[in-house]
Amino acid sequence: MIENIRLAFQGIWSHKMRSFLTMLGIIIGIASIIAIVSTIQGTNNALKEQLVGSGNNTVNVSLTQGGEDYQIYDSSSIPSGIPVISEDTRQRILALDNVEKVTSYNIRFVSEGVYYRDQSLSEFNIYGIDMDYFDTVSYSLKTGREFLQEDFDEYRRVIIVDQTASDNLFQGANPLGRTVEINNQPFTVVGVVYKSSTYEPNIENVDDYLTNASGSNGIFFMPKKTWPIVFQYDEPENVVVKATSTEEMTKAGQKTATILNETITNKNSSVTYSAEDLLGIVKKQQDLANASNMQLIWIAGISLLVGGIGVMNIMLVSVTERTNEIGLKKAIGARKSAILWQFLTEAAVLTSLGGILGVGSGIAMSQVIHRFTGILVGINWPAAIIAVLFSMGIGIVFGLLPSMQASNLDPIEALRRE
Amino acid sequence: MVLKLDHIDKDYITPKLIVPVLHDVTLHVEEGEYVAIMGPSGSGKSTLMNIIGCLDRPTKGTYELNGENVLNKNDRDMAAIRLNNLGFVFQNFQLLSRQSALDNVALPLVYAGVRKRERIKRAKAALTRVGLQDRMSFTPAQLSGGQKQRVAIARAMVNNPRLLLADEPTGALDSRSSTALMQLFEELNQEGVTIVMITHAPEIASYAKRVCNIFDGVLTERTDSDRTRIEAAGGKGL
Repeated sequence: MIENIRLAFQGIWSHKMRSFLTMLGIIIGIASIIAIVSTIQGTNNALKEQLVGSGNNTVNVSLTQGGEDYQIYDSSSIPSGIPVISEDTRQRILALDNVEKVTSYNIRFVSEGVYYRDQSLSEFNIYGIDMDYFDTVSYSLKTGREFLQEDFDEYRRVIIVDQTASDNLFQGANPLGRTVEINNQPFTVVGVVYKSSTYEPNIENVDDYLTNASGSNGIFFMPKKTWPIVFQYDEPENVVVKATSTEEMTKAGQKTATILNETITNKNSSVTYSAEDLLGIVKKQQDLANASNMQLIWIAGISLLVGGIGVMNIMLVSVTERTNEIGLKKAIGARKSAILWQFLTEAAVLTSLGGILGVGSGIAMSQVIHRFTGILVGINWPAAIIAVLFSMGIGIVFGLLPSMQASNLDPIEALRRE
Repeated sequence: MVLKLDHIDKDYITPKLIVPVLHDVTLHVEEGEYVAIMGPSGSGKSTLMNIIGCLDRPTKGTYELNGENVLNKNDRDMAAIRLNNLGFVFQNFQLLSRQSALDNVALPLVYAGVRKRERIKRAKAALTRVGLQDRMSFTPAQLSGGQKQRVAIARAMVNNPRLLLADEPTGALDSRSSTALMQLFEELNQEGVTIVMITHAPEIASYAKRVCNIFDGVLTERTDSDRTRIEAAGGKGL
């Protein structure tokens, strides 16, 4: 076998140009596939990273109706039979294996109603949060302060705004200490927060996802206890849980939703808790990208087929050229199988080499794509190994016919030819 | 007895006609003999050689090699016989042009499954035996005709066969190289190797201890009177 591989390399080397041209079909095919796979991998990595990159592995478990987030906009829209989340429920969720932290909050999407001097803000989110909220979903303070225990105990009308809201409402002025009016109640701005991770792309985490989806102009946070002053008592809350790891996110969310749904007293309620399945969303996006790229891979596969036929062609020529050698080898006692293996090995080595060069050029190609288009790329090593093995397979499949032809040569005939 | 062919017929069958090539050929060769088969081209001597060399099968007749009937063997076993019992020397050397003399000589050992170190050792010994110890890494293109044929002989002998088959071994050589080659054959024969050689040249045939004529597919033993006549004509040594 080693002898066959050595012979194969010798044969390939002695016809450098021909071997290279033969390999070219394989190289191009494999390179295209690797480049495509690298882009897929890059996109997938980016999507996953955005999820992990938010660093908090938080899952929103929110009220939904018919698959959509249920939004409370006035007193008539409050669903019945859904209690405020009790401390007992909170502890049950916290006791789950895959849950690290849990926080509950009120949320409303408000179309009108925040004023600062003559500025008004519409289409924004307002949250009623507890002390754990910022810590759980990884908000960091930019200026001012976070909520204090006293804010809750004394029902203070204090508010913290996110960067978007601050920019939109105060137009660059320092928001700290300003008074804004929400639902005709004055609130003092005590802090500005921003997301701890400064990741750019589309989906950073649950909140960004929701924010982007709802087209919000910003988020206002108030202490949960102050909520009834502006809105209503006993409004149902949403929950954010922080999973122990990214992989556990889906499970943590589902289990939390189950616990929360058990607390709903109105068994016929069309509004129920369900967990945002971020992993599922990423998976869907990845699948979508994969599906469209699959077609490209098929097209590249055709070039591999053409490459394989080229290999077969050249191997047939090679067998004809080496009729003498084959005849001699048979005359001195080489078995049919020995000749068959020699040529099969040569074809396999040729295409494997093409595969390796193809993987190399594919990686180079994906780097070029990355350089010029900014599309993220990632090397998928299993795919690279499969590509090389696959090209070896091409060599074996397309080398079979020429090899059989060689092994079936009549030594007398073969030796007679010059 | 090394070789025992009895009543061999060989016909080449084409769709249109049957061409008889060998007719009732009987040839017995004893261990250690040196036989030349002489005949003009088209006489059937190459066909006979192919049958002796287990490359071809006769239409009729029996063939025993070392007491074994080889005609009922399959292709695989025939290949094994060629590998282990026979050494071939061809008119045009049939060396692999891209490989060194050493690799050429070691080739049969590859098929015999000999390990690489042992292969090299034995190939070196065989090349030394034919006087090419300084040319081991040369490719055929770098060797003269005589040297090439020596490499071929080294290759034929590397697996220690008992029978050496030579098909016009001097056909592509000049007279000096031919003489040297014939001396090598004699030495090998003295070492106990049985040799069957095909030639159309009487002066080469005269090196053999026994000469057969083949003409139109019929083999005849040459009598001593024939030999004397050739020697008297100055055939030996050209």
